[in-house]
Amino acid sequence: MNIFFEALLLLWRDNMKSLILSTTIKILLPMMLLFSFFLLMRGHNLPGGGFTGGLVASAGFALYAIALGIKSTRQIMRIKPDTLLYSGLLITGFSGLMAVFSGKPFMTGLWLANEIPGFQKIGTPVLFDVGVYLVVLGMVTKIIFSLMEED
Amino acid sequence: MIEFLIILPVIIPFFTGAILIATMKSREISRTISLASAFLLLVSSLVLFAVVWISGIKVLYVGSWKAPFGISFIADVFSVSMLIMTAVMLITVTIYSFSSIDSGREKYGFWVFLQFMIMGVCGSFLTGDIFNLFVWFEVMLMSSFVLIALGNEKFQLEGAIKYVTINVISSVLFLSAVGILYGMTGSLNMADLAGKIKLVGNNYLINIAALFFLTSFGIKAAIFPLFFWLPASYPTPPIPVTAIFSALLTKVGVFALIRVFTLVFTTDVSFTHGIILALAGLTMVTGVFGAAAQFEFRRILAFHIVSQIGYLLLGLGLFTLNGLSATVFFFFHIMLAKTNLFFISGIVNRIYGTYDLNKLGGIYKNHPFISIMFMISAGSLAGIPPLPGFWAKLFVIKAAFESHYYFLGAVAIIVSILTLYSMLKIWNEAFWKKNEYHFTKQEKLTHRFGWYAPVVVISVLMLLLSVFPEHIYLVAQKASEQIINSAEYIKIVIGK
Amino acid sequence: MYLLLSILIGVLFTTGIYMVLRRSIVKLVIGLALLTHAANLLIFVAGRVNTPIPPIIGKGEDSLIPPFADPIPQALILTAIVISFGLTSFAIVLIKRTYKQTGTEDLDDLNTTDKIEKL
Repeated sequence: MNIFFEALLLLWRDNMKSLILSTTIKILLPMMLLFSFFLLMRGHNLPGGGFTGGLVASAGFALYAIALGIKSTRQIMRIKPDTLLYSGLLITGFSGLMAVFSGKPFMTGLWLANEIPGFQKIGTPVLFDVGVYLVVLGMVTKIIFSLMEED
Repeated sequence: MIEFLIILPVIIPFFTGAILIATMKSREISRTISLASAFLLLVSSLVLFAVVWISGIKVLYVGSWKAPFGISFIADVFSVSMLIMTAVMLITVTIYSFSSIDSGREKYGFWVFLQFMIMGVCGSFLTGDIFNLFVWFEVMLMSSFVLIALGNEKFQLEGAIKYVTINVISSVLFLSAVGILYGMTGSLNMADLAGKIKLVGNNYLINIAALFFLTSFGIKAAIFPLFFWLPASYPTPPIPVTAIFSALLTKVGVFALIRVFTLVFTTDVSFTHGIILALAGLTMVTGVFGAAAQFEFRRILAFHIVSQIGYLLLGLGLFTLNGLSATVFFFFHIMLAKTNLFFISGIVNRIYGTYDLNKLGGIYKNHPFISIMFMISAGSLAGIPPLPGFWAKLFVIKAAFESHYYFLGAVAIIVSILTLYSMLKIWNEAFWKKNEYHFTKQEKLTHRFGWYAPVVVISVLMLLLSVFPEHIYLVAQKASEQIINSAEYIKIVIGK
Repeated sequence: MYLLLSILIGVLFTTGIYMVLRRSIVKLVIGLALLTHAANLLIFVAGRVNTPIPPIIGKGEDSLIPPFADPIPQALILTAIVISFGLTSFAIVLIKRTYKQTGTEDLDDLNTTDKIEKL
């Protein structure tokens, strides 16, 4: 098992420079992000949602980090994982609190009366999902970055 | 608006934790926010207590989904008094951490995870849904995993591996139990389950589910055959972490046991509560004998956590009004005493640089004030009158005798004497013995206020508890009345 | 169907416990992951596996017409999966740190906190 660990460490150290992976990921990442957004938005009534969406997005960034290194991943992410994490948490919290401000029990769903054309109805549960998306994205990228940076 | 009060003890740590992630790099801001939020938690719990005390059990249906379907948060006297204790513990631990936590741990999110752990604890106290209880347990455990491993010291990581493993196994058992229970009854709301479980008819199946819960919560509460992880992992992290763990985490396990075994599993009391009684006796005895073998300050205290859990269980196992009142009273006493003892062990370590009783000595001569503080807590733990521990043990033993469990009552008395032996061992070795190892560098305490203030506050609270036990016992009695008369609880939650 | 799933749950629990009892910390984490899967499957079976029809009230109806699948176990499993995901990722970070700090991945060498001697 020691050998397993050491092999893994070696692999990370050399950053696994693979031409195929680093070329594909540049095309794959935008598509994965788009797909994650799609999953997030359809999540209320259909399979999908904030958690799966966030996982898909973070999988994209993780692949990018494996292919091209953490430094360039941080550059294209622009926003720090920590920022994603706390803004996601705050959004989730406020989506629950909104009901309290309008005099209903905590976390009651509030919906806009009109449907946005070509889109589903917008309400606090969607906001909640957005928060979850950000938390998952922040969390997973933070863990992966810290794991990769240590070596 | 009253409904909002119920959720506040969960919301306050949640938002504080989120904001603390943003301010993680700045020590001063993090500390200020943490302390302010701890006081806010205390105030909101006190207000909630006043409301519940005057007008009875309060329910919040989260998301407006009514009782058996949605998640409900329920505030009764028991849970809210636990919330107040949590807030007090959080305040003292926060102040203690100001002087004792190193800046590295602070930068890597000590404050953040402390707040999220408190969120999990408060959520577990308030929730009325058994699966939601699992989620709060996990919130609490995940944060505690990080807290116990934070700092990356060798011992810490070794302790953390044991702690994580055993707690994950306990969570798996919990999850399986929830699955079995849902399969039997088709409900997850504890008040609803109480009614539906009587319709199942198959007592063996119910008992199996009950034992699953007992094992799972038993691991978390560190009861007799399942406590080995506790002395191996609790003494490893820094003292503030150990103190808050010992004050809250095992107690949440006992709280969950009380909730489940007074509300849901009351169909076969002679079997389930009989097991709890037997385990209570064994927990007391093994804990105290384990402590007798140790010669390290923190590990002796860690074994005493186990032993005191036995007293808490004894009251539950009796399943009488007086028994449960005694348990609730015992909660107040044990949270204060245990935390204070850990705080003092931290101060001793800071001054003398060791926890080893063989090397310590002469503390009474050099630091009489801290010795007196130790005597108050240690005496209380052993049950010396008139300290609160005496009253707590008196109530437990009296309740045991009233239910004709003379043997268990006698065991409780003997364990209490052995506890006294253990505390006197610390006293003789560390405080009274002549110091043979002349420490070349005996560090002076910097930030004396930060070290002493929490100890003094808790000691004062304990003295108050020993002078006015009857007032606190009233609270405990009302709490236990609400626990025993589960019909009223069910009526309020289901809303019929 | 139930029999098959029950046997599968049993197998998952057994392998999980076997892996947890091994001495390597990597196998420990694999064992924990297997155990959580077993519990998830147990909930799934306990919630009855009878029909794939989703519990959605159709247009023009005002109540659910049986048969319909129970959505609650799936919601529970989803939550449990999220939690076990977090647990597993934490456990991986933990064992990696432990390996780096102690230089061993044998649980038998990680027993210093169990001994009576001083820490």
